[in-house]
Amino acid sequence: MEWFYVKGILIQSGINLTAVLGLSLLTGFTGLFSFGHAGFMAVGGYAAVFAGMRLGLPYPLALLFGGLVAGIVSLPIGRLTLNLKGDYFCIATLGFGEAIRLILDNVQTFGGARGWPGIPVTTDLFNVAVVAIIGTFVMVRLVNSRHGRNMIAVREEELAARTVGIDAFKYKMLSLFISAMYAGVAGGLQGYYLGFLQPKMFSITKSTEFTIMVIFGGIGSITGTVFGTLLLTALPEVLRAFAIWRLVVYGAAVIFIMISRPEGLMGGKELSLAALRRLFGPRPKREVPS
Amino acid sequence: MVQFFQQLINGVSIGSVYSLMAVGYSLVYSIMNFSNFAHGGVIMVGSYIGFYLLTSAKVPFPAALLGAAAGAGVLAIIVERIAYSPLRHRSAPFLYFIISAMGASMFIENFVVATIGPTFKTYPAVFSRWPIEIGPFYIGRIDVLIFVSAAMCLLGLVYFIDRTKLGKAVQATSFNHRAASLMGVNTGFVITLVFAIGGLLAGIAGVLFGMKYTVYPQMGAITIKSFIAAVFGGLGSLPGAVIGSLLLGIIETLVSGYFSSQYRDLISFTLLIAVLIFRPIGLMGKVTEEKA
Repeated sequence: MEWFYVKGILIQSGINLTAVLGLSLLTGFTGLFSFGHAGFMAVGGYAAVFAGMRLGLPYPLALLFGGLVAGIVSLPIGRLTLNLKGDYFCIATLGFGEAIRLILDNVQTFGGARGWPGIPVTTDLFNVAVVAIIGTFVMVRLVNSRHGRNMIAVREEELAARTVGIDAFKYKMLSLFISAMYAGVAGGLQGYYLGFLQPKMFSITKSTEFTIMVIFGGIGSITGTVFGTLLLTALPEVLRAFAIWRLVVYGAAVIFIMISRPEGLMGGKELSLAALRRLFGPRPKREVPS
Repeated sequence: MVQFFQQLINGVSIGSVYSLMAVGYSLVYSIMNFSNFAHGGVIMVGSYIGFYLLTSAKVPFPAALLGAAAGAGVLAIIVERIAYSPLRHRSAPFLYFIISAMGASMFIENFVVATIGPTFKTYPAVFSRWPIEIGPFYIGRIDVLIFVSAAMCLLGLVYFIDRTKLGKAVQATSFNHRAASLMGVNTGFVITLVFAIGGLLAGIAGVLFGMKYTVYPQMGAITIKSFIAAVFGGLGSLPGAVIGSLLLGIIETLVSGYFSSQYRDLISFTLLIAVLIFRPIGLMGKVTEEKA
């Protein structure tokens, strides 16, 4: 296999990972199910490219700007929808995601449906790797912090969490904000990688794909998210020999996972040095009760 | 004024197709409490069955319509058996149902792409394309057919739900699963039945939609409209789904007619968001604790 081809897959994996990490916080750790994350990715992508090409910000700042704008856009959306439950939140995010795409389709300053071509290709494997690694590190620290535990409490039982004094709404909002920021940065990476942006790239299919990656890796596991994203980004490429059948296999695989191993690849567990040691190290002697 | 009524007629026609889809969708929601995203795939397969029955098997139109309905009904049952039933027995959270439905939808759509191909297909002209003239208005024959078939199906469904014993069982299961099963309702059978009915309606909707426009593997995406309509009218409520669909169809054609068809979908989604924010139970939804 050519290095150029492999490199392309790796860069795309890194971009997806950045977006999926954010979604993992929202879905996996806070228990909110979004079908509109491609919308945040679109906002971040367009904002980053706008910052880079029209405002003249350097590339890293442009990416941050994209993430920040996506995060800010998520605030009013969260304010309006986070009180909805279950299916209704999911439908509302779907509506917002599609609405963002349709607005971009009709705004001619950014090229409308034809898209925004001629973006300097700046994203390379090194950039993506740096962003993805920083993103993973920050996310691991976050979910292991007090704030992360509060989000998990909200996911497990919102009423109980509120009873012990956790401001559930605030944590849902925080979770949405951070996950939108991740998606926004990923959108910027994507724009600067492909050299063009088009609203069509951020359809509901993209949001679904991200959600499937989170579920596939396992709800509530960062390691799972990383593996799930890398595997599922590479899978269609591996199956490319089957060409038209690959998405059929993909769909069947998703159903199969749901009915046979719904806890996902990692099942909420994390892969760490300590866990590996426990798995392969000498078994602790069992205490014999006298 | 003439233009306004003309748009209204078009709106009712497209709204009727939406209502066939939305009712099946809402019915499943009322029993299972999750959004069946695989519904679009079932509609699309129904449309293809109807197409091939008309072109290859050359059966008369009513037979093709029934065949498509039956095929789609069977497919809906198969989807339930494979993708949802195992989750149901484990009482998995709704999230897993939705993901499984997404997988099923992806499978069905791409299976059709892989076997039949991604090209658009046009239904043969079953009826004359000349519209009927009533005074200053023109009504397409296909629009009349759509309206009449949709109305007949929906009236049939209302009769079934309200007047028959099985319909009562469906109502009871929708109201409270456990209590219904304690009273001797075979809830497993009711669920299969509900998917079958949803599938039948989806098949008919698929044929009607295919006749008005074209048939293609991604046509299932249109269910997003029936989805909006169902939320608009109140998820789980059948009259709500019908009224929501008709209103959505009318609003859409008016927006395309008077502004631009580019804004049509944007208006639909804005409407969806507005309903969810200001009145999440919809126009006539049933109030439950889980909603807002």
